[in-house]
Amino acid sequence: MALRSSVTRRTLTLGLNSTRLLPLSRSLQTFSLPDLPYDYGALEPAISGEIMQLHHQKHHHTYITNYNKALEQLHEAIQKGDSSTVVKLQSAIKFNGGGHVNHSIFWKNLAPIREGGGEPPKASLGWAIDTHFGSLESLIQKMNTEGAALQGSGWVWLGVNKELKKLVIETTPNQDPLVTKGPHLVPLLGIDVWEHAYYLQYKNVRPDYLKNIWKVINWKYASEVYEKECA
Amino acid sequence: MAATTSMVTSLTFTIPSLGFRLPTRSYPCVKPQRRFVRKAASNVITATYELKAPPYPLNALEPHMSRETLEYHWGKHHRTYVENLNKQVVGTDLEGLSLEDIIIVTYNKGDILPAFNNAAQAWNHDFFWESMKPGGGGKPSGDLLHLIERDFGSFERFIEEFKSAAATQFGSGWAWLAYKANRLDVENAVNPWPSEKDKKLVIVKSPNAMNPLVWDYFPLLTIDVWEHAYYLDFQNQRPDYISVFMEKLVSWETVNTRLEKAKARAAEREMEEERRRKEEEEGKPTNEEDDDDDLEMYVDNDNDDSEAE
Repeated sequence: MALRSSVTRRTLTLGLNSTRLLPLSRSLQTFSLPDLPYDYGALEPAISGEIMQLHHQKHHHTYITNYNKALEQLHEAIQKGDSSTVVKLQSAIKFNGGGHVNHSIFWKNLAPIREGGGEPPKASLGWAIDTHFGSLESLIQKMNTEGAALQGSGWVWLGVNKELKKLVIETTPNQDPLVTKGPHLVPLLGIDVWEHAYYLQYKNVRPDYLKNIWKVINWKYASEVYEKECA
Repeated sequence: MAATTSMVTSLTFTIPSLGFRLPTRSYPCVKPQRRFVRKAASNVITATYELKAPPYPLNALEPHMSRETLEYHWGKHHRTYVENLNKQVVGTDLEGLSLEDIIIVTYNKGDILPAFNNAAQAWNHDFFWESMKPGGGGKPSGDLLHLIERDFGSFERFIEEFKSAAATQFGSGWAWLAYKANRLDVENAVNPWPSEKDKKLVIVKSPNAMNPLVWDYFPLLTIDVWEHAYYLDFQNQRPDYISVFMEKLVSWETVNTRLEKAKARAAEREMEEERRRKEEEEGKPTNEEDDDDDLEMYVDNDNDDSEAE
């Protein structure tokens, strides 16, 4: 099932002529919560339905709400030329926008087992993993180690450097998107290691969460992204 | 490597890059947690930091903070920090130091060393349990209330600001009420014209394991806003957790005791600095006599007498 585009457009005024110097207001895009392509309970027992529902309907939704709010304030501040406010809003945009970006990827990184969740990657991504990490098991071990060692809140990523066509494992703190670690990095797979992602089920044992999530990882999506960047 | 008890109680050493004496503060909530254990078969003494229990049973904060939360938060998270700290410290230069000293040393002016996380989190959690009590909440009184009203306008404004700090600490971290005595906002700057007004209460928030000890503040109250602190009871509703903490759990008695200690310690430090300044001034006459010696040597080369003070 294809994921619906999650963008709704809200036009404010006309004025698309960008060659003029007048500060014309353009339409402000706002964002809405993307649907999950599977039921909340479909990833059990790896991730509980309770967690999936809270994670999607509360956490992700709150990021989107606050992101939209910050964008609106930013839009206003830009129009007024209020640089102080423009700068002040950057952290809210990074937190909440980052949260929206990261979670949107995350839902696509997961799939129920009967829809291919956990099935190892084949074709070019599979080959790249074997070449770069020796084996899928070795990649998983490395990501789990990095994810477990991450202090506080953040993400562990499998990404591809689209310039060098090389796979990388990276972590980012809080809701920083992968691109903050390198402008050419494209995320293939992200695992949320904020406590809200696993606490109700796994409590303090983050390593167990990391071990089990691989059973529902959607390698098909990761392969698609990889092939697009490294065609 | 042997650590003696005398070294423990009067610990002074300088951090080379800073050249000031390491503060040896003790906070009422951190009783000596060091136990020196002599291993039977060897001459090695190992220092162990112990997991101290909260000053109330694990179910005593219900229904505001569940027993289950305490069991995991104290029994697993806090315990793990202490156990991992012990593993990191044994056989290193950090062994034998108090928890606060390890925090300052491993903070390393921001270039954080590995043991910082576990040490700071061990300390933070001790401080957190003691910041709460069954039947807590309400309002402080006495000098604490007076200072709150002086520095925040009113108790209500203080509550608002504290709640806001706790709610806007993005990701994992802590919010604090602290006593800032005579420090300027710029690191290592010395206050050229100290006054009573420089000593004030401040609200600060910190990420992950960070705490105000590293900024040389005196912490008075803290709330843990890592998700593990509230997720079982409140899920994503951090603001609700913060409200319940302020209204039902805060132990103002403890905060008051800490404030008194902080004020005493600040006064002590001021006296120490005065004493040191006086010593430096008294040292000046010696310099003049040295000049005389030089003159003598100049005039009378055969005289190797440089014994004069």
